[in-house]
Amino acid sequence: MFYREAGDFNTSYAEDQQTFPIKFDRYRYYVVLFIAIFVVPFIINDYWANSFLLPFLIYAIAAIGLNILVGYCGQVSLGTGGFMAVGAYACYKLMTAMPDVSMFIHVLLAGLITAAVGVLFGLPSLRIKGFYLAVATLAAQFFLVWLFNRVPWFYNYSASGQINAPERDTFGILITGPNTEAWATYMFCLIFTIASALVARNLTRGSVGRKWMAIRDMDIAAEIIGVNPLRAKLTAFAVSSFFIGISGALFFSIYLGAVEVGEVFGITKSFLVLFMIIIGGLGSIFGSFAGAAFLVLLPVLLKIVGVDWLGWPTDIVAHLQLVIVGGLIVVFLIAEPHGLAQLWRVAKEKLRLWPFPH
Amino acid sequence: MNATAESYTTEDGRTIGPVVMEMKNITLRFGGVEAIKDISFDIREGEIRAIIGPNGAGKSSMLNVISGFYVPQEGEVWYKGSRRPSMRPYQVAEQGIARTFQNIALFEGMSVLDNVMTGRLTHMNTGLFAQSFWKGKAEQEEIANREVAEKIIDFLEIQAIRKTPVSRLSYGLKKRVELARALAAEPSILLLDEPMAGMNVEEKEDMSRFILDVNDEFGTTIALIEHDMGVVMDLSDRVVVMDYGKKIGDGTPDDVRNNQDVIDAYLGVAHD
Ligand SMILES: Nc1ncnc2c1ncn2[C@@H]1O[C@H](COP(=O)(O)OP(=O)(O)O)[C@@H](O)[C@H]1O
Ligand SMILES: [Mg+2]
Repeated sequence: MFYREAGDFNTSYAEDQQTFPIKFDRYRYYVVLFIAIFVVPFIINDYWANSFLLPFLIYAIAAIGLNILVGYCGQVSLGTGGFMAVGAYACYKLMTAMPDVSMFIHVLLAGLITAAVGVLFGLPSLRIKGFYLAVATLAAQFFLVWLFNRVPWFYNYSASGQINAPERDTFGILITGPNTEAWATYMFCLIFTIASALVARNLTRGSVGRKWMAIRDMDIAAEIIGVNPLRAKLTAFAVSSFFIGISGALFFSIYLGAVEVGEVFGITKSFLVLFMIIIGGLGSIFGSFAGAAFLVLLPVLLKIVGVDWLGWPTDIVAHLQLVIVGGLIVVFLIAEPHGLAQLWRVAKEKLRLWPFPH
Repeated sequence: MNATAESYTTEDGRTIGPVVMEMKNITLRFGGVEAIKDISFDIREGEIRAIIGPNGAGKSSMLNVISGFYVPQEGEVWYKGSRRPSMRPYQVAEQGIARTFQNIALFEGMSVLDNVMTGRLTHMNTGLFAQSFWKGKAEQEEIANREVAEKIIDFLEIQAIRKTPVSRLSYGLKKRVELARALAAEPSILLLDEPMAGMNVEEKEDMSRFILDVNDEFGTTIALIEHDMGVVMDLSDRVVVMDYGKKIGDGTPDDVRNNQDVIDAYLGVAHD
């Protein structure tokens, strides 16, 4: 019995509704949080920040955002890259226009601007569903990348057509530009990731979340019990795009520092985040983290094992990665649509009963 | 009984109120098919009103008109004393009309409790911003509505499956959960489309008892479609009989039973 809930009863509805109703889960969550806040910043180095921690934290936000739209509300989107680009360019314009304002504000505003754009592109969702909606969001993806490439105002008429994050600090600590320290950028992203997860969790456990899931499971029945479909879908687009915009802003300003839009926020980015939530688990906040961690770690681990230890050529390892991801997508879509999150739940269930399964 | 304004008392001592909903000359067409032909009837407060008739008679279409899902080409719907403008189904729900479906329409990806809680959505209006913080207004609203949902769950005796995903339930239990979801809305009018279809005898008895109890304890007005004549005669105060989109009878179960047109329709006498 590694895992137990015996003697752990919830005696009020408030207790029953908390995020981790089982004590053991709650403690594990606090331990992870404690390590992330009080241990990691002291041992972090540039390699771990740039190869794993920053992309993990930032992708986790994007995955949470996309999961709200796809996993909770059932609206397929292939426009994630484009919406991340909106966040990135909004952040860039804000940073350069208002150099004295805190980066926290810039990133939040970038999220809000992306939310507005997301609502605009979400409008067709009232009329079209499934495959056709996916194609419409694909069009949004290409349109947005084209827009940021072609309209020089967005990149402040720079000769390269790129955007570069100028040096900015928050509370006197440098967090963008070439001279930042790993712990500072890490903490900055961590705050946004934790806040995003909490907000997403709160929304999905309450009435908005049920509206989204009702639309996902059966839109006609949802409308007949009183859900306004347009409003429910548009709030999903708004909230989803808000998170995706924040993640795009962080991806540009904190993680990369410089962005060429077609390369960074192209259709591959849309697919990458989609794969994260499919592998991690549709309709699960935890799954968003699991999927982001998996797809960020996979190339790092493959490189360490394949290239560094076994001495394989780099391109073979890169192909191997595609094969693994492709295979996993197929397996998860067919066998376990709820992804790693569900495997984890099943494992817990087994552990809870172990060693007496009956 | 023809006066629409007054209340009256039934033989078993229940008070039936004035007319709460009135369908006036409803005609509904699908292309060339006239599913409902110039039908009028009313529903009184607190009564159990049955709509019966053979397959394809237009009974489900009538419920769909009431719940705003179909818009009739002709006719008017009057609700609580005023003419109802054309409305979307979610607006009808907000007016206190809840329903179940002939083919179960539960949210398969959610637990029983969450399904029942969706029935409370018309009573929950905390904004997105407050919900993202949970503590405070959102949590209080959730708990208050959870209490109502739990009462309904107890009432329909589905406590044991509260946390079960509905996709794992038997057909009979799904029907019961769907009733729970509709009841959770605390509707003024409850529409039930063949609540007993496909059930075994025991399940039918349970369902009949629940319908009577709902009407009795919450005073809910119920309009129900049922195939089984016997069940209808036991449950309902008044019956509308439909056949091929037309109303062929309207009255107490006894009136209807002795109506020659109804007998013909049920015995399958050829139509002219
Ligand atoms: N959405 C629809 N489109 C076309 N025809 C329909 C539709 N809904 C119902 N009908 C037709 O209307 C008639 C009445 O159907 P329905 O109301 O389901 O009957 P009942 O519930 O009494 O069995 C049938 O002829 C049916 O084919
Ligand atoms: Mg029917």
